[in-house]
Amino acid sequence: MEKIRKIWNETWHFYKRTLILVATGSKLYYAWCFSLLAIIIAGFLFYMRQHDVGLIATNMNDQVSWGLYIANFTYLVGAAAAAVLLVVPSYVYHFKPIKEIVVLGELFAASSVMMAVLFVMVDLGRLDRFWHMLPFIGSMNFPESLLAWDVIALNGYLLLNIFIPVYLLVKFYYRKKPNWKFILPFILLSVPWAVGIHTVTAFLYNGLPARPFWNASILAPRFLASAFCSGPSIIILIFQIIRKVSDVKLEDEALFKVAELIAYAMFLNLFLLGSEFFKEYYSHTVHMAPVEYLFQGLHGHNLLVPWIWAAMTMNVIAFIIFLIPQTRKRLTTLNLGCIFIIIGVWIEKGPGFVIPGFVPDPLGEIFEYIPNLLELMVSFGIWALGLLVFTLLMKVAIPIETGEFTHTEFQKELITSRSH
Amino acid sequence: MTALAGLSLPLLSSCAKEETEDFLQKHFREMTSEEKKQMIAKLEQRYLQKYGREFQISTKEAIPDTLWGYGLELSRCIGCRRCVYACVKENNQSRHDPQLQWIRVLRLKRGNLINLENSDHYYNPDTVPEKGFIYLPVQCQQCQNPPCVKVCPVHATWQEPDGIVAVDYNWCIGCRYCIAACPYKGRVFNWSEPNIPKEEVNPSVHYLGNRPRMKCAVEKCTFCIQRVRDGRYPACVEACPTGTRKFGNLLDPNSEIRYIIDRKRVFRLKEDLNTESKFYYFFEA
Amino acid sequence: MKKKIKAIALGIFLMGFCFTSSANGAAEEFPVAPPPMTEGMFPCSSCHASMETNRKKRELKEEHTQIKLHHAETMRWCLDCHDIKNRDKLRLYNGELIKFTESYKLCGECHGPQYGDWRAGIHGKRTGYFMGSGKRTYFLCAHCHDPHEPKFKPIKPEPPPFPPTDRKHGN
Repeated sequence: MEKIRKIWNETWHFYKRTLILVATGSKLYYAWCFSLLAIIIAGFLFYMRQHDVGLIATNMNDQVSWGLYIANFTYLVGAAAAAVLLVVPSYVYHFKPIKEIVVLGELFAASSVMMAVLFVMVDLGRLDRFWHMLPFIGSMNFPESLLAWDVIALNGYLLLNIFIPVYLLVKFYYRKKPNWKFILPFILLSVPWAVGIHTVTAFLYNGLPARPFWNASILAPRFLASAFCSGPSIIILIFQIIRKVSDVKLEDEALFKVAELIAYAMFLNLFLLGSEFFKEYYSHTVHMAPVEYLFQGLHGHNLLVPWIWAAMTMNVIAFIIFLIPQTRKRLTTLNLGCIFIIIGVWIEKGPGFVIPGFVPDPLGEIFEYIPNLLELMVSFGIWALGLLVFTLLMKVAIPIETGEFTHTEFQKELITSRSH
Repeated sequence: MTALAGLSLPLLSSCAKEETEDFLQKHFREMTSEEKKQMIAKLEQRYLQKYGREFQISTKEAIPDTLWGYGLELSRCIGCRRCVYACVKENNQSRHDPQLQWIRVLRLKRGNLINLENSDHYYNPDTVPEKGFIYLPVQCQQCQNPPCVKVCPVHATWQEPDGIVAVDYNWCIGCRYCIAACPYKGRVFNWSEPNIPKEEVNPSVHYLGNRPRMKCAVEKCTFCIQRVRDGRYPACVEACPTGTRKFGNLLDPNSEIRYIIDRKRVFRLKEDLNTESKFYYFFEA
Repeated sequence: MKKKIKAIALGIFLMGFCFTSSANGAAEEFPVAPPPMTEGMFPCSSCHASMETNRKKRELKEEHTQIKLHHAETMRWCLDCHDIKNRDKLRLYNGELIKFTESYKLCGECHGPQYGDWRAGIHGKRTGYFMGSGKRTYFLCAHCHDPHEPKFKPIKPEPPPFPPTDRKHGN
């Protein structure tokens, strides 16, 4: 009993201190957080309208029944998977950088998965009936429905990526050594689980014979290849920001190594894309209509064509930047390449993947979908929420990692050591 | 966190009362007959309030030894769309915002049949049939191997013993995975609260069939489950002015549909997808 | 007394005979909807019983002028299907007379395959119940095909669905 009370007091004390920690910062920090908050509130208000009226407030219809929300979901699952996949092996193989990256990478993965889950939630027509999806309480269609697998995989991944960082951070907070024998299996588990979440997401598109654009065996490998490009690119940018605003030491070498891995992943991505191109254009069956719609336009409908070509250009340029050591090892070109990949893969994997699956629809109809203002605002709101959550997590995690923010008994030590 | 979000939203929105009442409603297949009776009573009251009509809601089960099959004679379809609107009336579909139609008639140029990309859905000539074209109505095919049932994450749609693929509208979460999975565009979605003019409401309904639906639930042709389980022809069969549509029990060797399959050259759409559709098209000319 | 019994027995026998012959007809009878006749036309004998008959193939100038025969008109004319003595009946090829509610038998003489399909229910239209004992209605050939001009006339189609770009009506 006494122990529980002690833990409760400790947790509450810790929580109060984190609140102070996140509430104090530079002007830039405040500006960042409040602008994100403004976007989040705007997005939420727009979502309330959608919840009220129904999904007719979006631009989706019976012909194109999944749109911007599911496009973002697909991209974010990829980003989440890649974050862990990159970070954990770097740690496990004792590759410089050190263990800081594990925690930050996993927290990034957690924020990413949270965003992905939110995107699914806003896409559901009847969110109030979500409990129907829970196993045992509701009636989850496991193992037949891939969406059921996805729910389990994503929530499990989220739990893993909250549990591991929390465990490590609490240990650091108390200046205790983590029990690696206990935590390492979980860290190792998150690697195949990361592959799993993105494979399951790919499979949920893959298993639909009604949509020949998605019903291709190449889908899961392509998803993983493009995830390996986008996730690490975001991480490179984030780590540079972290390096600037805190005391965490991250060497350039680490960033360059990551960029090299991205180059290989992008090569694979481009190769797989080339394979798809060959199959569609050489066989030239009726089923190439979605690819034609995407890259050339179909019967005068060509809304996505400039987007996908922009994405392809960005991807190829980024590939070259990351391949050539001179451009890879210069921070300006490196960052440019990262931005190109983030946007290029988003276009390719988001709208450039989801929408052509519905064009033409199974009865041959073509509807050009563009997201409307409501969908855009809700999407921005969720992205802003993810960024805010990640920012707040970093605001707490980094000081713990660097030893600045620690239990009060050690805090006095810190202050006295500083004053000398 | 998801739980709290899901719980709080109904309380914040406008149609809150109905949604909170139905929040804990069980899946139709798990209800006892007593629970079903209570639910029917509640629905009848609600419909009376909303539409001012006394509804008869049936929960009649499948007739044993029946497997419904549909026949459609392509040589006779003239593309008049009377089946579409008879279905809309019989099955209480939303008339606008959104406009939901379970049957879609495709117009194909003579010489085309399989590549539906060459179809026109929005033809509107002065008279039909037009020379040089054939007409192909498509609706839910009640597949024996339904891709939609496989992908539904909550078992909101399933196949009844008589072959009809049914939807529990109160269980559907509106994820629209089934719409992505259907090769025939048989399923449509209530993008908002449906709009049915009160005077056109059809009050004899089946719980799994044509009872008025709510926003953000999926719906589709049920072979007029409210009619066929009583032994009556579906509304589209009765509406067709050229006798194109035929219906019957595939397990009864003396039925009309078996006569067609035995003697005419029948085919099913997208048979290569192995959906085992029950919708047999045939033609003489 | 004996004569009376003989008469009654003969009467019953004859009545039985009538029943069996109509029983054959009743077994054949389909639950057809009433034939689509113009209002007030039937019974035809109300005019024709007292009229003279003229077997000459010609175009009618005084009555029935709205009927344009476009149905094998080079080979047949009115009196090949309508019996010349009893206009309330139709006439089969072998001279047998049938009621208007059995007109399918006449159509079936030339259009055999369609007749067979109609009997099985896959040609033409049926409404009502197809199982059990509920009321069912079979439509006669004449309900869809005007026997004098059988080709279907084109009709105005119902409106197309709102196209998906029509955000005003929503789709």
